[in-house]
Amino acid sequence: MVNSILILSLMSVISGFFILQHVKKKSLNSRWHSLPAYYAWFAVLWMVVPALCLFFFSSVLHLLHLYDVGASFLIPSTILLTLWGTWRGLKQINPELKARESVEKVIRVSLVLAASISILTTIGIVLAIIFEAMQFFHIVSVWEFITGTHWAPDDATDGNTQGMFGSIPVFAGTFMITIIAMCVAVPIGILSAVYMSEYASEKVRNTAKPALEILAGVPTVVYGFFAAITVSPLVVKFADAVGLHADYTNALTPGIVMGIMIIPFISSLSDDVIRAVPRSLRDASLALGTTMSETIVRIVLPAALPGIIAACLLGISRALGETMIVVMAAGLRPNLTWNPLEGMTTVTVRIVDALTGDQAFDSPETLSAFGLGLVLLIITLMLNVLSIYVIRRFRSQYE
Amino acid sequence: MSKQVLANMKTNKRLRKRYRKEKLFKGSAIFALSLAAAFLVFFFYNIINQGYSALVQAQILVDVQYNEASHKSYRKAIDKSYRKIVSRGWLRTLPIYMEDHPEVMNTVRNEWVVATADVDQYLKGKSNRLKDKQKRQIDKLQEEGKVKLSFNSNFFTNGDSKMAELAGIKSALVGSIYVLIVTLLVALPIGVMTAIYLEEFAPDNRLTQVIEVNINNLAAIPSILFGLLGLAIFINFFGVPRSSALVGGLTLALMTLPVIIITTRAALRAVPHTIREAAYGLGASKWQTVWHHTLPLALPGILTGSIIGLAQAMGETAPLLIIGMMAYIPDTPTGFTEVATVLPAQIFTWAGESIRAYEERTAAAILVLLSLLLSMNSLAVWLRKRFETRW
Repeated sequence: MVNSILILSLMSVISGFFILQHVKKKSLNSRWHSLPAYYAWFAVLWMVVPALCLFFFSSVLHLLHLYDVGASFLIPSTILLTLWGTWRGLKQINPELKARESVEKVIRVSLVLAASISILTTIGIVLAIIFEAMQFFHIVSVWEFITGTHWAPDDATDGNTQGMFGSIPVFAGTFMITIIAMCVAVPIGILSAVYMSEYASEKVRNTAKPALEILAGVPTVVYGFFAAITVSPLVVKFADAVGLHADYTNALTPGIVMGIMIIPFISSLSDDVIRAVPRSLRDASLALGTTMSETIVRIVLPAALPGIIAACLLGISRALGETMIVVMAAGLRPNLTWNPLEGMTTVTVRIVDALTGDQAFDSPETLSAFGLGLVLLIITLMLNVLSIYVIRRFRSQYE
Repeated sequence: MSKQVLANMKTNKRLRKRYRKEKLFKGSAIFALSLAAAFLVFFFYNIINQGYSALVQAQILVDVQYNEASHKSYRKAIDKSYRKIVSRGWLRTLPIYMEDHPEVMNTVRNEWVVATADVDQYLKGKSNRLKDKQKRQIDKLQEEGKVKLSFNSNFFTNGDSKMAELAGIKSALVGSIYVLIVTLLVALPIGVMTAIYLEEFAPDNRLTQVIEVNINNLAAIPSILFGLLGLAIFINFFGVPRSSALVGGLTLALMTLPVIIITTRAALRAVPHTIREAAYGLGASKWQTVWHHTLPLALPGILTGSIIGLAQAMGETAPLLIIGMMAYIPDTPTGFTEVATVLPAQIFTWAGESIRAYEERTAAAILVLLSLLLSMNSLAVWLRKRFETRW
């Protein structure tokens, strides 16, 4: 397969070159519609495309298990198609042929195909998750999944799944850690943005902003290591000092570290929207004798609010879907509690745990990962739509 | 007192209060920024502090006997008293070494050899499982100058190992490179083509809007869900080999796609319209304008965006765990369909090891990863600064 593709492309390059020379020589003394290279491309496309179509269809048939086209058929038919295509292409080459238009049409079609791959990816994610999640919800009822308070997929056997797949504790852990993260990230992020855009000199701003963005570029597995090895013992020690007991897998640790990770997202986006607030609004307010802080709190921040809210929503969706920090620093045990010093688990932890074990692919535990993934997908997409809506709905107010 | 003065005092009091508030607000804003900066400094200090010691490795000077007996049973190559402190993993390689180098047979050589991880940790003053007798032995050897800490080349030339003293990042690094090649080959052409279509060709219709909304959504989907996609579609449906660089690269390519599309569009949009008009005026077709003028002018921006996207993909772990790229892989992969692991996944596996000697190796691997990512990002910034055209 790989070899034949290589041979095919080599052949097309060589023959494209010959066709180019041929057409160049011919078009010297007569008037041709397009530049010589376009005739070469035209011929090459005729040579390659029919064979590629055959490849594509046979692999689709193969993947759908409809019909297996054997190599003994594929190879001679590819050669025949290539020869036929070359002959057709060459025969059409003459001064009247609008080669450029045909070639550009093909280019346009391939651009459209490339653009639709992004749609295919989204559809692929949605279908893959929904399809497997449906299988899961055949075994476990949706109602039980949403309202159950006991998550114990390890105890579930094929026949007995009653009361083992209640997702409330898993989601409670996720939201708890997300809330802690936002408590760290939102105030620090917004205040940093205010300082950078309103008070700081250009020099300070030009060093502070990229420095903060380094925090955003650090891989999450590194944050996970940092949380598990450094922050978690600190939290436990601190809790001991004030007379509280903390688990090593407490929810506070991943929450704090995740908050640090999200600071640059919020500060960077907020900085941009705060700077986009027109100068005249500030000047008008300051001219009335307000202090800087009054101007910022009463005038600038309200004007920038939609953008800031959108930034926070983005931060929340990051926190909900964050995986490595919680896998390494949060617990595995689903735990329904308000105490952030206890171990808790999250949706992403359970997904990783369910899919890295050695269960069969159609076991209830493996499928439960797709159920959780579906909910995560829906929440993230809703947050995204909401943030777009907030920006669109309130943006024009001050412009 | 007159009314005037009283009123003045009142205003002054209020003014002072307002100024106090102003100071407080500014102070808290400075505090927030410095807190974030302090996090950054503490974080890097912490990682470097944990990781730098893995750059050196304990070695012991011993007499190694190369003969038939040690070829048959590698433990006999060194004196009995050294067996607890010399790496068993190194001893195991001796018979093969003897077969490859027959000239060393029947000689006794005084060589520096790799010590066990516990000796290494003891010399570095970290917790270890050495017995007191062995500690005394090491102390004595140290006085005689027969133990030293020297550059840990194993860390860069070995793959993963169950023996901490021999574990290295080579296989993970090579795996990362394979994965990135696949990601680049898939994501760059598709991303750039999509961006060209949306920015230059697309009519303002339903389909275009759907694609645009889609790309924004795709950028917001948590990375772990791309892992679910990779597992369900690439592995289970298309039958791509599990844990291979191919499936990892394809999954990461889909994740990197929105980044490349968004940055390429921005770069194309920054090319002024007058250039396109000038090309049209000379009779160029739309594609000729794009290919000969717009695209070359937007190239620095596209490259910057792609490098940033690749750096993101390189640090990604979660989707790769789902598609099985966290297995124990000591051998360096030599192809795209072979079982492979990547640097972040290696960090994750080592972070989960219970033996303490892995901890500094994890931090050292993190340092390697971070410096790679930082240099990629600096390259992107440099490219942008160097080739940026202001219109």
